[in-house]
Amino acid sequence: MKIHEYRAKDLFRREGIPVPDGVIARTPDEAKQRAIELGGRVVIKAQVLAGGRGKAGGVKLAKNPDEARELADKILGMKIKGMTVVRVLVDKAVDIESEFYLGIVQDRTQQCSTLMVSAAGGMDIEQVAAETPEKIIKLPINPETGLRPFEAREAAFRICGGKTALRIADVMVKLWRAYAKADSTLAEINPLIVTPNQEVWAVDGKMNLDDNALYRQSEIAFWRDHLGEVPEEYEARVAGLSYVKLEGNVGCVVNGAGLAMATMDLVKYHGGEPANFLDIGGSSNPDKVVKALEIISRDQNVKAILFNIFGGITRCDDVARGIIKAKEKADIKLPVIVRLIGTNEDAARELLAETDLESAATMDEAVQKAIDLAKGATS
Amino acid sequence: MSIFINNDTRLVVQGITGRDGGFHTERMLSFGTKVVAGVTPGKGGLDVLGRPVFDTVEQAVEVKGANTSVIFVPAAVAADAILESVDAGIKTIVAITEGIPIRDMNRVMPVIRAENIRLIGPNCPGAISPGQAKVGILPGNIVTQGKVGLVSRSGTLTYEVVHKLTMAGLGQSTCIGIGGDPVIGTNFIDCLEAFEKDPDTEAVVLIGEIGGTDEEEAADFIKANMSKPVVSFIAGQTAPPGKTMGHAGAIISGGSGTAADKIEKLKSVGIPVAEIPSQIVPKLQEVYK
Repeated sequence: MKIHEYRAKDLFRREGIPVPDGVIARTPDEAKQRAIELGGRVVIKAQVLAGGRGKAGGVKLAKNPDEARELADKILGMKIKGMTVVRVLVDKAVDIESEFYLGIVQDRTQQCSTLMVSAAGGMDIEQVAAETPEKIIKLPINPETGLRPFEAREAAFRICGGKTALRIADVMVKLWRAYAKADSTLAEINPLIVTPNQEVWAVDGKMNLDDNALYRQSEIAFWRDHLGEVPEEYEARVAGLSYVKLEGNVGCVVNGAGLAMATMDLVKYHGGEPANFLDIGGSSNPDKVVKALEIISRDQNVKAILFNIFGGITRCDDVARGIIKAKEKADIKLPVIVRLIGTNEDAARELLAETDLESAATMDEAVQKAIDLAKGATS
Repeated sequence: MSIFINNDTRLVVQGITGRDGGFHTERMLSFGTKVVAGVTPGKGGLDVLGRPVFDTVEQAVEVKGANTSVIFVPAAVAADAILESVDAGIKTIVAITEGIPIRDMNRVMPVIRAENIRLIGPNCPGAISPGQAKVGILPGNIVTQGKVGLVSRSGTLTYEVVHKLTMAGLGQSTCIGIGGDPVIGTNFIDCLEAFEKDPDTEAVVLIGEIGGTDEEEAADFIKANMSKPVVSFIAGQTAPPGKTMGHAGAIISGGSGTAADKIEKLKSVGIPVAEIPSQIVPKLQEVYK
């Protein structure tokens, strides 16, 4: 789960990381008022859950409150990567002498959290990693001890010196605390600013949290921004389904994530376009199937629905009954192709033969039928 | 033979009194797995399907000589259950549980490595060695004894491929689902290494998916260390970047972990990669007769 910059900065403040004073504004007038309170010179920052906000024109420096109003007026309502800006963060501006990058991420290969530090702050860190990897210092963090102050100092003195290095090392340890307490998979300050009088400030903040740990992060879990989510994906998640919307016309209902991905790929391979990823999970609970059908059929692009179910321990005839019932309950008019394989598949096919549902024996046959039906419906 | 689980497997089921634990214990027993005990803290003394339930794994090891455990307990307490097994002296642990926090697994893994434990999963379907034992939730009716080893990050896609192998008369030595989480105990290389050593495995099918670089590392390993033929399939060629595709670990992040990269890498070291699942068996038959 991603959280907004202003939320991440709140978590940073709790650990004592120096963060410029800032407040949220939802209207241009509010932005002007906040700018007055913050001393006039502020940065207006779009709060959307997407990267590249600066490049999209969503981050601007205002020299005075009137300019803050003007800029907020432009940024509010702006669309960044498909998401509408409904709030801006108004941050007190700080003078910049140098910029650093501090990040902690989960390293999949090392199976631990890793501190990343660079003097190339303010840039796209993935680009830095790709082009000049020697500019990034990486340090694995022991999960039992956490990031220890001496480790942070060692890293800091490799990118700068003196009091500044000590201040940056202090921020690193505090960033680790914020990261660990929130069960994060990423916590990033880019850039960490050093001012001409050697103060350090986290002028940006980014945190991603582990979805599997939200059960013990009740406060933060509540911060999920549903506006940043595709509505159907939100609805599916609440219903216990895993759904990702795509642009094609063949709706897919599959049990298991790997098989669901393979089904999408197969639609593409045979010349069609998948409308979605959807994993209904191991069991084929009829209620979940109804919800899945409702969500998929609401997508106007969808012209045919393909079921691909591997009945391992669940019996295929039970799954077929569930699908037949669910199709009636969800009142689906679109053509439905069902491919069931595994235990009792013959009995399942007999059941389907008595309905208007198309059945198929193999994945390839099912996918081809679905593509043809989707095409037929369009032409 | 087989890898990781076999006729010597003496299994304890952690979470045997739960719905999934009980359901799958019955199926593991009917497959012929030597399930010797169950564990549910606070329910010691009960009997499930004729098997004694203990309060701790330690008791199950002491009284019934368990040497392998399978974990069906809820995600919030699963990391603790893994560590309990390690502490009791269990050397092979299969964690079925989905949804264990990454921070918990980060703390489990150093112990697993230090104690040289074979942890399969979490968030996996387990392993099955036809004719010997199954530990986990893989359907027992689709496998048949033979010489093909299979390793996969998926569940039902694994079943799909196993089913196709069986239909084509290609039996299996062991089929393993290593799990869909970002932090897992056993990776592709661990399985490939074991398959290479196993005298009863003659060829290997590797099923990967988007996210991470386990497939790329496996490709290098195969090139340097495998004499047995390997064929592969990678799921998620149409997956959009930045979205978690069902499995917590199946995500293309920062442009890395794409199916295209993995396929290219595997092909570059000479491993045949099936474009679609129905090509896996024919590709295997080309290199393994």
